[in-house]
Amino acid sequence: MSERPIRVLLGKLGLDGHDRGVKVLAKGLRDHGMEVIYLGMRLTPEQIATVAVQEDVDVIGISLLSGAHMRLMPALMEEIRRREISDVLVVLGGTIPESDEPALHQMGVHGVFRLGAEIDDIAAFIRENVPRKVG
Amino acid sequence: MTQCGESGNNWAMLAGKWRTHTYQPFISGHKERCDEFRTVSGEPVGPIYGPYEDWEDKAVRDLGFPGEFPYTRGVYPSMYRGRLWTFRQIAGFSTAEETNQRYHYLLRQGQTGLSTDFDHPTLTGYDSTDPLALGEVGRLGVAIDTVRDMDDLMRGIDLSTISCSFTINHPACVLFPMFLAVAESRDVSWKSLRGTTQNDAIKEFYGQKTFALPPRASVRLALDLVEYAAKYVPKWNAINVSGYHTREAGATAVQEVAFTIGQGLAYAEGLQQRGIDLNIGLQNMSFFFGCHLDFFEEVAKFRAARRLWARLVKERFGITSPKALQMRFHTQTLGSTLARREPKNNIIRGTFQALAAILGGTQSLHISGYDEAYDIPSEDAMKMSIRTQQVLGMESGVANIVDPLGGAFAVEYLTDRIESEVRDYLRILEQMGDGSFLEGMFNAVESGFIEREISESAMAYQRKIDSGELPWVAENIFKPEEDESSDSGLEFFTFDESTEEKQKARLTEFLRNRDSSLVAQRLQLVREVAENGMNAIPAIFEAVKVGATEGEVMGLFRNIFGEYQDPAVY
Repeated sequence: MSERPIRVLLGKLGLDGHDRGVKVLAKGLRDHGMEVIYLGMRLTPEQIATVAVQEDVDVIGISLLSGAHMRLMPALMEEIRRREISDVLVVLGGTIPESDEPALHQMGVHGVFRLGAEIDDIAAFIRENVPRKVG
Repeated sequence: MTQCGESGNNWAMLAGKWRTHTYQPFISGHKERCDEFRTVSGEPVGPIYGPYEDWEDKAVRDLGFPGEFPYTRGVYPSMYRGRLWTFRQIAGFSTAEETNQRYHYLLRQGQTGLSTDFDHPTLTGYDSTDPLALGEVGRLGVAIDTVRDMDDLMRGIDLSTISCSFTINHPACVLFPMFLAVAESRDVSWKSLRGTTQNDAIKEFYGQKTFALPPRASVRLALDLVEYAAKYVPKWNAINVSGYHTREAGATAVQEVAFTIGQGLAYAEGLQQRGIDLNIGLQNMSFFFGCHLDFFEEVAKFRAARRLWARLVKERFGITSPKALQMRFHTQTLGSTLARREPKNNIIRGTFQALAAILGGTQSLHISGYDEAYDIPSEDAMKMSIRTQQVLGMESGVANIVDPLGGAFAVEYLTDRIESEVRDYLRILEQMGDGSFLEGMFNAVESGFIEREISESAMAYQRKIDSGELPWVAENIFKPEEDESSDSGLEFFTFDESTEEKQKARLTEFLRNRDSSLVAQRLQLVREVAENGMNAIPAIFEAVKVGATEGEVMGLFRNIFGEYQDPAVY
């Protein structure tokens, strides 16, 4: 039995167009040997959760610089629960105030990364926290 | 243009001797900080630059004089000795009423022009009540759904004297008519209106990425606006060709200028195809750039962009009217260069970025708030930015000499180099359209070429930040031990969570009081002109005047023209 590469789904929720960071991360995680599925922007929570099931991903990474994370992340977490894929590691990046972090953890977001976060640190966080699946 | 080599005139010979006998021996004993020095955009730079062999010829040919072709030294003969650049800090959040209060605050601080940021639903053509707008109403900009919102936004503002800028693109064809309706209702002559609609449809697909419609449809509507404004609102800058967002998305200085000029040439072609005399048509076109951290590269970038634009439109379209040759531009210091850690350091970053824009000859300026990495700017951050502009403009003396860096060997070298590299890029874009920039830009968007180019540069930049090759104080060097932003002692903007409900209630109330059957009739006329290819602006004006919402008009266009799907290339 060999470990398959970590599969990461990346995308942006809502109408936010700031996609520089998420695209850089897509390349960066790929360079770290992960399989990256970049879905793009203007996605709904339903779309993200549906693809997460179809692609059997280990990680969902959401990038939000719109300030709407406290409205959109609960909706995403609900879709994840409904599809019974709560073992997926959920990581959020962007302009997220520290004061929102406890509430985000509470709703099941595992990692929060803000501006200035390094790719290596995000990759290391994913490796340490991802639930191991073997293929 | 040849830079002085190792032989030739006396200076060149001495420079060669200096390099061999003074510089090289010195640096072998005193190692330099880097093996190779590069600009932020990756251009290698040498230790010194000297005069050109044909220095005087070059000064005549490539520098010229302020207010004269090729405008390297500025578009106006006396530049800031006459009037300083416009202090134009952008504002936009929550409802029209709140943003209007911020406008009045900024004007009281000595701001000389207004500029508006819209929220994501407005930028992408959805009303505040649309399910897709969830969580984003009034969040990163002001929510404008109807002519009433526009009226409230401009309450107490004298539209005949204050120039108003709107960072709106695909829905500019709806918001500009709303603005005109407000002016009409106040008996302000359209001929007196000054300001800008960004209305740069193409860069939406790789820069700002708040597109609402597909490329061809959005360009058509953008040009409808230009044509209409030229006729009825002659002082209006109907299109603001923008590189800021492209740079913010990760482009280099060269890419920023190349894609921006590509956009400008594409619009020029589109206007020409409509039979518009570009000597007049280009007078209402202005530009917009970002300003990054590399001081000399940025100064050179602005100078190169201005010169190249004048040369290209002269070469390509035979433009002779000075105003049509002049690249007039707004500058915003780049938000992405500002750090989250120790945010007060951003004040000094903003100061020298602004200085670069001034020495580059900008016509107006926004200095991004020191709190950029946290949220939209607080009142205090914007006051700081205005004060910075005032100190630079009124105290430092930099505004008293025109193009004071002109003739600096290093700056002229960088200016030439950027101009020549931008030309290389433009050749690729032109080839992609078989000689047409309009087709070339469509193809470069649709094939994902531009997005891939930008994202390569964004990645290269990120690697240099992560590795420390590009130092970023308090972020990758001198990093504070405690990563607590709350320690900064600064107060950030706090968003009023009731905004969404407030705006939805405003819209619902407005819709109750309008004549719905009249709106439906007028929207039907919009549909007809959209389908038959006539200029859509007059019909949109009639529709929004009686209460059609932005989302209704844009929804109708989405039905006719379809929606654009982000290709998700990286």
